[in-house]
Amino acid sequence: MAETTITHPDIARPAVFTQEELGWRPWLQPLRQDELTSRHWAGLVDASRAKSDYFMLLARDPDILGARTRTDKDIFYNARDGLPRAERELAATATSRFNGCIFCASVHARFATLHSKRGEDVQRLLDLGIGADLDERWSAIVAASVALTATPIAFGAAHVERLRAAGLDELAIADVIASAAFFNWAN
Amino acid sequence: MSALIDVIDRLSGIEAGSALAQLRLQRPDARENAQKSFVALFWPADSSDVSVVERFAVAAFVAGLHREAIVTDFYATELAGQGEGAVLVKAITAEAQRGATEGPYGQFPNGPLSREDRQGPAYAVVDEVRPVLGSRLSAALVHAHRLVFHPRDAGAGALQALLDAGWSATGVVTLSQLVTFLTFQLRMVAGLRVLKAA
Repeated sequence: MAETTITHPDIARPAVFTQEELGWRPWLQPLRQDELTSRHWAGLVDASRAKSDYFMLLARDPDILGARTRTDKDIFYNARDGLPRAERELAATATSRFNGCIFCASVHARFATLHSKRGEDVQRLLDLGIGADLDERWSAIVAASVALTATPIAFGAAHVERLRAAGLDELAIADVIASAAFFNWAN
Repeated sequence: MSALIDVIDRLSGIEAGSALAQLRLQRPDARENAQKSFVALFWPADSSDVSVVERFAVAAFVAGLHREAIVTDFYATELAGQGEGAVLVKAITAEAQRGATEGPYGQFPNGPLSREDRQGPAYAVVDEVRPVLGSRLSAALVHAHRLVFHPRDAGAGALQALLDAGWSATGVVTLSQLVTFLTFQLRMVAGLRVLKAA
């Protein structure tokens, strides 16, 4: 049987950036649980992800999914030092806002709010875009993320100097780079 | 090339034992899995849906679209070393130069975000080059260009074009992961190079 794309003509598509929970629908057929081999389960990393259309679609290439998942986890969840979790999520949100991924931005804006307790600032970034007026530290992180996201890549020494002046050490700056870089992958 | 050398370190010019090498080692899982992602994509266990030549060709194209010379040369060299890949190098590099533009651009859903819509070029492979690349790779380059410069314009129609050109759904997933992994790898390399020098 020929494979086809899936269109979703009747769903309501979000028209603004939001922190609300949004759904995600695949345009290609995800795998079914009964199709999963041990290699697929390994690639999913967490068995609970077999309930997600998103991960079950990506599971079609389980090896890259597994490596991608572990890269993602370490960049975002390993926050015992370097850049605080809230600001990694801020970098992810800024990247998503700039690339125009409403879904990604919604998830990571929620995490940024959860970890920073600065929901209004996060909302301002969503509402006004990447030029939104935030405090200097957050503005420096947003600006660096946006510069990294542009093609050609526009990140330069001035972005590093601004982050250093805002109080980030070298490890934290490397975390900004990794968070924004990863979100270009995710978007 | 040895898959044992960390490719991001190599492409960033990070020397073993340097301050930046130590910094990366403070994120061992991210470092290791970025490397594993690279190996999984370019030395795949299963290349039945996307050939290795196709993988290196698309990679050289994506790096070229970013105008990142060091990474482009790296993938072009790998492509040239792949037997059938050598004949593609010139066409791929030329197409990347022709397709390179500024992004991100694209259209938002109709509504308040429409004022942020940005127009940008729609890329297509030139007619003279199509026979060199073939329809599969030509469709892949169109998809890659969209993901690099205006991912928000991707949709079911865009993916259908790949299926029509002979790609399987699994192949489309691998291709998309490859392109988007590269957008990550290119930014890690560019960012770390800047940090090294700053």
